[in-house]
Amino acid sequence: MTREELAKIAAEGADKINVRRLVREQAEKLAPQTGYRKQVLVCGGTGCTSSHSLKVIEQLEASLKELEIDDVLIVKTGCFGLCALGPIMIVYPEGAFYPHMTPEHVKTVAEKHLVPGGEPVKDLLFQETVKEDGTIMPFAEVPFYKHQMRIALRNCGVIAAEDIREAIAAGDYSALAKVLFEMTPDEVIAEVKKAGLRGRGGAGFPTGVKWQSCKDAKGDVKYICCNADEGDPGAFMDRSVLEGDPNTVLEAMTIAGYVVNAHQGFIYVRAEYPIAVDRLNIAIAQARELGLLGKNILGSGFDFDIEIRLGAGAFVCGEETALMESIEGKRGEPRPRPPFSAQSGVYRKPTVLNNVETWASINPILTKGADWFASIGTAKSHGTKVFALGGKINNVGLVEVPMGTTLRTIIYDIGGGIPNGKKFKAAQTGGPSGGCIPAKYLDVGMDFDNLVAIGSMMGSGGLIVMDEDTCMVDIAKFYLEFTADESCGKCIPCRVGTKRLLELLQKICDGKGEPDDLVKVKEIAQHMKTSSLCALGQSAPNPILSTMEHFEDEYWAHIYEKRCPAGVCKALLNYYIQPDKCRGCTLCARNCPAKAISGTVKEPHVIDTTKCIKCGLCMSNCRFGAIIKR
Amino acid sequence: MVNLKINGIPVCVPEGSTILEAARAAGIRIPTMCYLKDVQCVGACRLCLVEATGARGLVAACVYPVAEGMEVKTNTLKARRSRKTTIELLLSTHRKKCLSCVRSGKCELQKLAQEYNCDEDRFASDNTPQPIDDLSLSIVRDSSKCVRCMRCVAACEKQTISAIGPINRGYAKNVGSPFGESLADTPCVNCGQCVVACPVGALYEKSNTAIIWDKIEDPDVQVAFVTAPSVRATLGEAFGLPAGTNCEGKMVTAIKQLGETSMCFNMDVTADLTIMEEATELMSRLKNGGKLPMFTSCCPAWVKFVESYYPEFTDNLSTCKSPQEMFSAVLKTYYCEKNGIDPKNLFVVSVIPCTAKKFECQRPEEGGYTDMAITTRELSRMISEASLNFADLPDTPFDDPFGTATGAGAIFGATGGVMEAALRTAALKLDGKAAPLKFHEVRGTQGIKEATYLLRGAEISVAVASGLGNARKVMEMIKNGEKNYTFVEIMACPGGCVNGGGQPYVHDEVRNNYDLKALRAQVLYDSDRKNKLRRSDSSPAVNKLYKEYFGAPNSPKAHELLHTHYVKRRLY
Amino acid sequence: MAQILFEDTEEQHEKLMKCIGKHRGERGALMPVLHEAQDIYGYLPYEVQTLIATELGVSLAEVFGVATFYSRFSLTPKGKHQVSVCLGTACYVKGSDKVLDEVEKELGIKCGECKEDRSFSLDSCRCVGACGLAPVMIVDGEVYGRMTAAQVKGILDKHKD
Repeated sequence: MTREELAKIAAEGADKINVRRLVREQAEKLAPQTGYRKQVLVCGGTGCTSSHSLKVIEQLEASLKELEIDDVLIVKTGCFGLCALGPIMIVYPEGAFYPHMTPEHVKTVAEKHLVPGGEPVKDLLFQETVKEDGTIMPFAEVPFYKHQMRIALRNCGVIAAEDIREAIAAGDYSALAKVLFEMTPDEVIAEVKKAGLRGRGGAGFPTGVKWQSCKDAKGDVKYICCNADEGDPGAFMDRSVLEGDPNTVLEAMTIAGYVVNAHQGFIYVRAEYPIAVDRLNIAIAQARELGLLGKNILGSGFDFDIEIRLGAGAFVCGEETALMESIEGKRGEPRPRPPFSAQSGVYRKPTVLNNVETWASINPILTKGADWFASIGTAKSHGTKVFALGGKINNVGLVEVPMGTTLRTIIYDIGGGIPNGKKFKAAQTGGPSGGCIPAKYLDVGMDFDNLVAIGSMMGSGGLIVMDEDTCMVDIAKFYLEFTADESCGKCIPCRVGTKRLLELLQKICDGKGEPDDLVKVKEIAQHMKTSSLCALGQSAPNPILSTMEHFEDEYWAHIYEKRCPAGVCKALLNYYIQPDKCRGCTLCARNCPAKAISGTVKEPHVIDTTKCIKCGLCMSNCRFGAIIKR
Repeated sequence: MVNLKINGIPVCVPEGSTILEAARAAGIRIPTMCYLKDVQCVGACRLCLVEATGARGLVAACVYPVAEGMEVKTNTLKARRSRKTTIELLLSTHRKKCLSCVRSGKCELQKLAQEYNCDEDRFASDNTPQPIDDLSLSIVRDSSKCVRCMRCVAACEKQTISAIGPINRGYAKNVGSPFGESLADTPCVNCGQCVVACPVGALYEKSNTAIIWDKIEDPDVQVAFVTAPSVRATLGEAFGLPAGTNCEGKMVTAIKQLGETSMCFNMDVTADLTIMEEATELMSRLKNGGKLPMFTSCCPAWVKFVESYYPEFTDNLSTCKSPQEMFSAVLKTYYCEKNGIDPKNLFVVSVIPCTAKKFECQRPEEGGYTDMAITTRELSRMISEASLNFADLPDTPFDDPFGTATGAGAIFGATGGVMEAALRTAALKLDGKAAPLKFHEVRGTQGIKEATYLLRGAEISVAVASGLGNARKVMEMIKNGEKNYTFVEIMACPGGCVNGGGQPYVHDEVRNNYDLKALRAQVLYDSDRKNKLRRSDSSPAVNKLYKEYFGAPNSPKAHELLHTHYVKRRLY
Repeated sequence: MAQILFEDTEEQHEKLMKCIGKHRGERGALMPVLHEAQDIYGYLPYEVQTLIATELGVSLAEVFGVATFYSRFSLTPKGKHQVSVCLGTACYVKGSDKVLDEVEKELGIKCGECKEDRSFSLDSCRCVGACGLAPVMIVDGEVYGRMTAAQVKGILDKHKD
């Protein structure tokens, strides 16, 4: 395929894509030109697929057939971001947003909305989009979307993820064409440097500097790698990009290949992401077919191809040297640095490794310009960052905001606040390597440097919200359990340190902690930070250190008062039936697996704490809220 | 060259050197654990952490490259504190049975813990002891003492065996054989390089010296110790004598003092006998179109290696027994017959630098003439147990019922020694008196040596390799027809028996700073040089044995007692 | 746990050999082959690992070392029905540990184990990406969201034969 042919594909599909992007009036005007009266986008990301969005598509197809409608296009896209509302369906050109779709709802929508002259089914719409006067506003204006700015996710939820032609129409590969025919490698590097793009995988290393260093490295064989081993539990930014717009990654890797003169790329992706792997495979096959991968790309004379390597469940393989060991088919144990991977990476050859989100930012930088990108964000952190919002928050999902957006905006405006009127306690960023941010920092702008300054880190972008029911000692223990499990075991500080720390925290949670244990915890934590071989060990103590700093009183309560203020640590709490609330319905006694509850019908019941195994079944079964933990 | 300062001392080292190498050049010690020269360099144990300008935080000296103008500080509070905590964390995982540990006093962890004034219980935890694997005939593994430094794994990998490897990850990371099998059920060739590499008491030879003490005590039994050539070259190290000290006389004295009736024989004698048999076998193969190249068969680890990895080549192995097995066979037959001893009442203990010989003496093909094989280390422990002050012992000559051995027998303990001894005799047989004594091409500690000799017009192409990694290279060259050798000598341990798996424990810092293989080999070459007899065929003992018992080399009697056969083994 | 005998059909063996053939001589072949072997047999028993070691010309120790490093590779067989509870942060914060406790109790096996009759096996996982449905449990690939301990029995019963 030539550059001209690429442009032709882009032009052909442009209208179709624009209908999904333009404001309603313009979109409605444009729609007839596309041959489709309406376009129905259904999320085919992991979140919505888990809540059966594929059944939604099946039903949609069946309904359209039944109603003999043939001018409605069904598009299976990647993630729309608002996973809490899945499965999600959006109808264009009007941009009607239907959450929690079931096959039943689909039938209704098809019959009432998709038929010629149909109108949106208001009862089924996302209620935030229905104004008080009954009119419908575009979903992009609801708080969840209004505060966002989508650069890396620009095509996610917009295009059919398994159709490279839609990707091209949405702008993918236009940067590649420009680079191959209009730019020298040095010009590309200069542009990326000028944009100030920093690696989105966690450490925030300047991408342009990395490319430069690999370009300058001696060697005739070089590699390009994509880190899609998103191991942080509760983070799914990279997965969403791969599921929604895999081609942007392929394009950017090819560009980097051209820049450093590499001809082979590897995408290291978690095997736990089957949909992402499938879509990558489809995208690679389609790109090869169109000549966007392989020999003589777009007739430029440049050759580049990409292979997928599956991870196998090792968090440490997100560390770049461990990832490279794993690509080589070995145990994923990190190598000491230097040498850095730009000089000695995969098979000890100079290698550029960036994560998915970083790759996804390349096309906009090269097409819209470095100045545009640099104008977004804060002084030292340019552009946007994708966060996976999770935990105790209403709008669980994926958000992309300019660097420097405050935690308050993300949690309360975009995230819709905390469920059940509970109080915010902390937000955890950076996953097992990050820290817990207390309420006093809610107004700090989130960027690479600010987060480090308040004892956490950007990490890959997981953002877990915790409310007053979360015990911070327990959370520190949870993360330690994770890192102890995921430590590769190569170096002593991490291998032994994580285990000893975990034991000490367990002891504290079990109510057996002594004051000296906190001294030991601090000593080991500091030791791991200074002496571990790789970033996993060096950052594994962060959840402990940050909770000890901001929530020290909770540690003290566990140790000195043998009390868990949040009521989480089982050993430190007892279930108690409030006599004034108990109606004596006997439900709890009948369900108690330990036969620890006694009482007669219609009389208040009592829990024998010596028999109680603290399973909590009684409390969850009680219809009168009579049972509490104290 | 790069100029830098370490602890304020200027030092100039080649580009690409590590901080550790530079520190050694400056005479500054940095503690290490996972680092072992020529074996492993991975920066994992974090004991060699130092401060260096231009680096964030502490860096691992063993892997961190030097840079022009760099200033390194090895002895700061931060570095010391880090090392101390690392050691204390490690101690929390270690089964600290130090008083009864085979490695006590020579343990690298023990030394570090003392140096850094560590509290062994600072981070105490419950560690369930893991079962000890003592099913192998040669090597015992005690996982509970393992410090996961991976030196044994690297050594085994270097031997291209990988009978053991890393297992699991994180705190559960361990070293062991796949699927929890015993070493006995793996392709392990028993070379013992893992034992030599181990810094602690997690790996040691399978030992049962109590039986020897019982036999010594038994009035009906005579105990004959037969010492291999290289034992005398290293035994002193176990008692603090410098590497490269020949302790032959002290060794004989010590052994004879273990019990009043203990005898000490010199295995060099049957080394000479091996040469006679092997040289004859080689010439017969050359003449009769037998399988070539012929491989030496003195090294039991190598023999098992061929049987397991190259079973199609077992016929290339010389059928000669090893000197250990020849000596035992001669003692239990000729010697007993001649002296009217019931072989049951002669307890033959061979003292060898080798763990694989323990396996060899229990091979059914060998006839069971050797009652027990003990390593140099075990002998040193017996000497200690007998409260002998080794360094001050006088010299005593060997009990040599058959006569003395030649210098050719002595050099058997170093790589190339067997080849050189064989060439001396072969050259004489083929070329007469003009034959040379020295074959420099096959000497030295490099892994693979090759030479071609013209003996009576015939080209003899030989190869010598030590270390099984090198052996595999040679085998692959032979297998794919790249090389056409006549005769190949292989010793499984790098440098040969002087660096065998049964040799005294040597602290990593000594191993990293001195060429032990060469120092120890020099003892053997020196004693060869000093010996008036330099060719095995000139050995009075050997000639007596042929005259009185075997008739001639490769005679039927010789075949019955001095030759063996091999089996083909499956790897898994 | 009881020893479960290795059973190998000709079809499985052929599939594995084909996969090894495809990757033989390729650098970094071990991981892809182990992935495929895990898919074919559901676990990586001695017989499979020795075959891979022999065919790829690497030591069994290397194969075993890699197989035991990555949590996705299993040395024990999986049950006919595979249950997995997500212990990723989003799910944990919403109480997935209690769900796991309940599944363990209901099945009578610990996490990581397989019932002796091979009917069920239980694992935990770290984030399947359905954080919007947290806490989640997966049975035979089917994702169950917003789980409570009380729902466990009903769902498991649905999957019993």
